[in-house]
Amino acid sequence: MKDEQPPSEEAIPAEDMAPSPPILAEEVSRRGFLSLVSVAMAGVAGAAVGVPVLAYIITPLLRPSPQEWFTIGPIDSFPVGQTVLKSIPDVSPVAWAGQVAESAIWVRRTADQAFTVFAINCTHLGCPVNWRGDADLFMCPCHGGVYYSDGTVAGGPPPRPLFQHQTRLQVGQLQVRTRPLGIG
Amino acid sequence: MKRLFAFLDDRLGLSSAIVPIVTHPVPRDVNWWYVFGSASLVAFMMQVITGVALAFIYVPAPSAAYDSLQFITSQQVLGSVVRGIHYFGASAMVILVGIHAIQVFLMGVYKFPREMTWVVGLLLLVLTLGMAFTGQLLRYDQDGYWSVFVFSEMVGRTPVVGWPIVQALIAGQTVGGGTLTRFYALHVFVIPALLFVFIGTHLYLVLRHGISEMPRTGVPVDPRTYRARYHRMVENGIPFWPDAAWKDMLFTCAVGVVVVALAVFVGPPTLNGPADPTQINTNPRPDWYFAWIFAVLALMPPGLENYVILGGPLLIGVVLLALPFVAPGGERAPSRRPWAIAAVGFLLLAMATLTPLGIQSPWSPIIDIGPLPPSVGQGLSGSALQGVTVFQTKGCHSCHQINGSGGLKGPELTYVADRMTPQEITIRIIAGRNDMPAFGGNISTDELTQVVDFLATRKMP
Repeated sequence: MKDEQPPSEEAIPAEDMAPSPPILAEEVSRRGFLSLVSVAMAGVAGAAVGVPVLAYIITPLLRPSPQEWFTIGPIDSFPVGQTVLKSIPDVSPVAWAGQVAESAIWVRRTADQAFTVFAINCTHLGCPVNWRGDADLFMCPCHGGVYYSDGTVAGGPPPRPLFQHQTRLQVGQLQVRTRPLGIG
Repeated sequence: MKRLFAFLDDRLGLSSAIVPIVTHPVPRDVNWWYVFGSASLVAFMMQVITGVALAFIYVPAPSAAYDSLQFITSQQVLGSVVRGIHYFGASAMVILVGIHAIQVFLMGVYKFPREMTWVVGLLLLVLTLGMAFTGQLLRYDQDGYWSVFVFSEMVGRTPVVGWPIVQALIAGQTVGGGTLTRFYALHVFVIPALLFVFIGTHLYLVLRHGISEMPRTGVPVDPRTYRARYHRMVENGIPFWPDAAWKDMLFTCAVGVVVVALAVFVGPPTLNGPADPTQINTNPRPDWYFAWIFAVLALMPPGLENYVILGGPLLIGVVLLALPFVAPGGERAPSRRPWAIAAVGFLLLAMATLTPLGIQSPWSPIIDIGPLPPSVGQGLSGSALQGVTVFQTKGCHSCHQINGSGGLKGPELTYVADRMTPQEITIRIIAGRNDMPAFGGNISTDELTQVVDFLATRKMP
């Protein structure tokens, strides 16, 4: 294989250069013009396809889903002082979502007419915290975050207390508002 | 037959296109270190083939993905093997691309004139990790779901751009119904297309600049003379096929056999329940090659965390990209580049220690730990015996071990009374310390007395 030359910067073989007639000045400007027009046309065509596709892909940014209120249950179904797991529809719902159409919340009735509703997601990196009723603690299975019953941090890496959902009481029903995932 | 081939060869230009490429001259010292690049390529092709096969059945819809994967695994003829090859092939590709990257770094292959080969290679490394990551969600089990959740939280911490990037990635304001199809499109179309383009570029650059020679101590790269020297070297070299390629063929065949054997005899990982955000009795873990990151996230001091999560990858990326432009010449031999050896040594050591930790995750409370072994209560009575029950119900057991049972997050308490007085134990329980929650508000006076009475009996006999 000794006749095989490794390619180098100047490796354009002479026979590939088309024998060209002498170039006139106006011909150069004509070629320049044609190149410019061709590239511009390709650019317009590319943008005509690219811009709609890009907008389509980043739709979640252009049109964030509204945060809505949902009825979780009658106030009296929650004993005072208890923390219970409930479901709430996903904040960004799609019709074909199956099991992920719902996310979960921890509902705590703190007094007769007062509720605290926590997102189940640890404020460290989002894993679902478990409520240990006997110990009065929320525990995270991922990186060891622990919270007290009021959502404040009891141990581990979480940088802030559990995120809370907005709540309101209407005609004897507890209503909770959806919220985007919280970033710790 | 021969005439047919001659006709096709002439009209299609087969051998005139391929023969010079596969027989291009390479340095004489090409050895077993050179097999990892070609093995990565073969692993990728294996992933493409098995991935296409999986796509014949897999349904990328949140309501059906898990069931279709269950069907592939348990009912489709050889479905478990195909899924197994795809799973272990992914591991193989991550490992091989990783080794290839480390090896070309250690041997200084990134230096002149192969700077852009290195840059494209870095891109391929990132894309490979992107494939591994997006593939996890497609299983649509709890591990995949929560891994994406954790990743979104990490990216979301980036100032200004973090949250928009997360929203575009997960298709909404939380990981939900829209996320799966987005990851499917990335995993099946976007990233593979980029991989094809950049693998092609990478190979073209390998041919353009030639396969690098083994580094030799005391023979530094000088951009002014390197090309001429390399040219002289390969004039006296060997044709790639078959003189060097047989090693690649042998190694890649071995990789293929190992992957298929693992797929047949070990099988793909079991699916740990369908992705379900309301099902919180779960213990999400990333795939093993991300376990070391999982460990870093748990062990990092919280104050440093944002800098490490966001600054770490950025810093590593900038350093690796800048490397060939900062040091295009100079010694290639690892023996003359102690910092290169130190960096690789540090990386391997960190991964080797953190990966098992990430898999074991001793920092997590074991939430469903169950009762203490009966031996713990033996010989106890009254308040101390009741303390055993308090120890379990208050969740102490989730973090603390006694007689080899319990979580590993907190200190072992088998002989706690040898190092703490009852009074100190009481204060620690009420006030907490560091990661120990303060139980002052969660425990009655009676319960406190009982559990302290119990712990006071825990002495070395």
